[in-house]
Amino acid sequence: MSEPEPAPPFETDEPYGFETRAIHAGAQPDPSTGSRNVPIHQTTAYVFDDVDHAAALFNLQTFGYIYSRLTNPTVAALEERVAALEGGRAAVACASGHAAQLLTFFTLLEPGDDVVAARQLYGGSLTQLRHTFARLGWGAQFVDATDLDAFRAAIGPRTKALFVESLANPAGLVVDLERLATIAHDAGIPLVVDNTLATPYLCRPFEWGADLVVHSLTKFLSGHGTSMGGVVVESGRFDWTTGGRFPYLAGPDDAYHGLNFVETFGDFGFSMKARAVALRDLGPALSPANAFYILTGIESLPVRMDRHVANARTVAEFLAVHPKVSWVSYAGLPESPWHDLAARYLPRGPGAVFTFGLAGGYEAGVSLVEGVELWSHLANVGDTRSLILHPASTTHRQLTDGERQAAGAGPEVIRLSVGLETADDLIADLGRALDAA
Amino acid sequence: MTVAVACYLPASSGLYPDELLLDIYRRTRTVAMVGISPKWNRPSYFVMRYLQHKGFRVIPVNPRATDAPILGERVYPDLESVPDDVDVVDVFRRPDETPALARSAVAIGAKVLWMQLGIRNDETASIAGVGGLTVVQDRCMKIEYGRLSGELAWSGINTRIVSSRRRKLIA
Repeated sequence: MSEPEPAPPFETDEPYGFETRAIHAGAQPDPSTGSRNVPIHQTTAYVFDDVDHAAALFNLQTFGYIYSRLTNPTVAALEERVAALEGGRAAVACASGHAAQLLTFFTLLEPGDDVVAARQLYGGSLTQLRHTFARLGWGAQFVDATDLDAFRAAIGPRTKALFVESLANPAGLVVDLERLATIAHDAGIPLVVDNTLATPYLCRPFEWGADLVVHSLTKFLSGHGTSMGGVVVESGRFDWTTGGRFPYLAGPDDAYHGLNFVETFGDFGFSMKARAVALRDLGPALSPANAFYILTGIESLPVRMDRHVANARTVAEFLAVHPKVSWVSYAGLPESPWHDLAARYLPRGPGAVFTFGLAGGYEAGVSLVEGVELWSHLANVGDTRSLILHPASTTHRQLTDGERQAAGAGPEVIRLSVGLETADDLIADLGRALDAA
Repeated sequence: MTVAVACYLPASSGLYPDELLLDIYRRTRTVAMVGISPKWNRPSYFVMRYLQHKGFRVIPVNPRATDAPILGERVYPDLESVPDDVDVVDVFRRPDETPALARSAVAIGAKVLWMQLGIRNDETASIAGVGGLTVVQDRCMKIEYGRLSGELAWSGINTRIVSSRRRKLIA
């Protein structure tokens, strides 16, 4: 038996348990109507008391609503709930996970700056960083997520963040968050973690020293495949003032007549800046209706994730001994190289998204995704429904062969997102399609 | 000069019970704000304007800014010059300058000495406490009001409030 893992260095001091927060955080009954559930505030704008009130709102001198591109009461309830689940200080929600990354990097980087990112990221994030963000003058260097020295070596004078996925898509790789946080902090930069596949129920990066967490809310948090959404959460612990690396956050902002966001808003200065500038001017607002669907989904996150993990384990064990399967990359299996890291960072289980390899290669992959009946062949993860994908022919299609291999998306690779159906049915359907593949 | 202080709630916010702070807001009509800046983009100016919007009378105190009113209020050089009754003395000054302010706060009969976020001095707290004042250190009057009224959550801030009772406005 291995030694019990030490507790995370930053314990959350939230006053209520995770399940309670998943239901109640951000959702105190409305003071005027008593509505028990969070109302859908389907409105674009909000009246001002008078001109003076309007001026105070535009100057950020008072709290309040102006326009739903910036803030909306239903969206705000969602923001507070996710912040509470992550043990963070504040959150800014937006239209998608990609938008959350845009808001984050816009707030951290100037043109000519760069981030050091794991090579093992969701294929869409690789493309966003490598190609689209490059057009904004933001550089990205990619290193092997398991090679901590490579992160350290890649940090340059204009590096503004390390960026990783806690549980990397698609191969289920687990990143050593605590040591990466130390490397980032030694360099005076924040560790940004995409916690989408783990969800805060399975892993809370802030407890291991991460500074910002981004999510695609579209996945397990929403949970039912209904609604797009994203969020960036701030721990409130990163010191933006030391070293002068972040003048955009901790210096005067000309667009706000010299307002210094970190001085004025302190430990939620990043979030205020991400909202008041990036969300306002880039425009990827979350719709209040989507926020409502996502809030509803989050209420059952703990029970769903327990079942997702249990079903994923059952399916992974079935595949691990199947003759047409050459390998299974699920950190919950004892032979996985990520098994020990998963036990530490994801003690309730390493999620429900993982990959496996088919002995028959690319052709067998195509045959399998076209042969299943119950599994849905589509490009998403984190649904109640079980999902199957052949990354080489879909999500990772735009990458080169080398990039696909490096991202764990070679020609023989199949990605599963295991849903909440009866596990025996999932296995039977996969088995039938594998036999025919 | 005015001390640059960040205006935020530290993660460990359990020191002052919510009821104590709510009681201060409910009993307060007049706040004397020491170290207020006349510049609109400074944190102290934000706090004064916010508290005015919430119905409090805020009297600015700053010996270097007495030549012009701030937000419609005459500026006094020190607490002793303020002609009105003061409930709360809200301090935006460096910690080493606060003991003298505590003695002044006692002398003018204030009920609360409130030191803004980042300002902490136990000697000051002791002087004010012995003088019969309630003392709050290292907190922002705007952020605490916003948190307790639910307004802070409007900006996606984690207020740590969980309740199934209808939220009551402070006023």
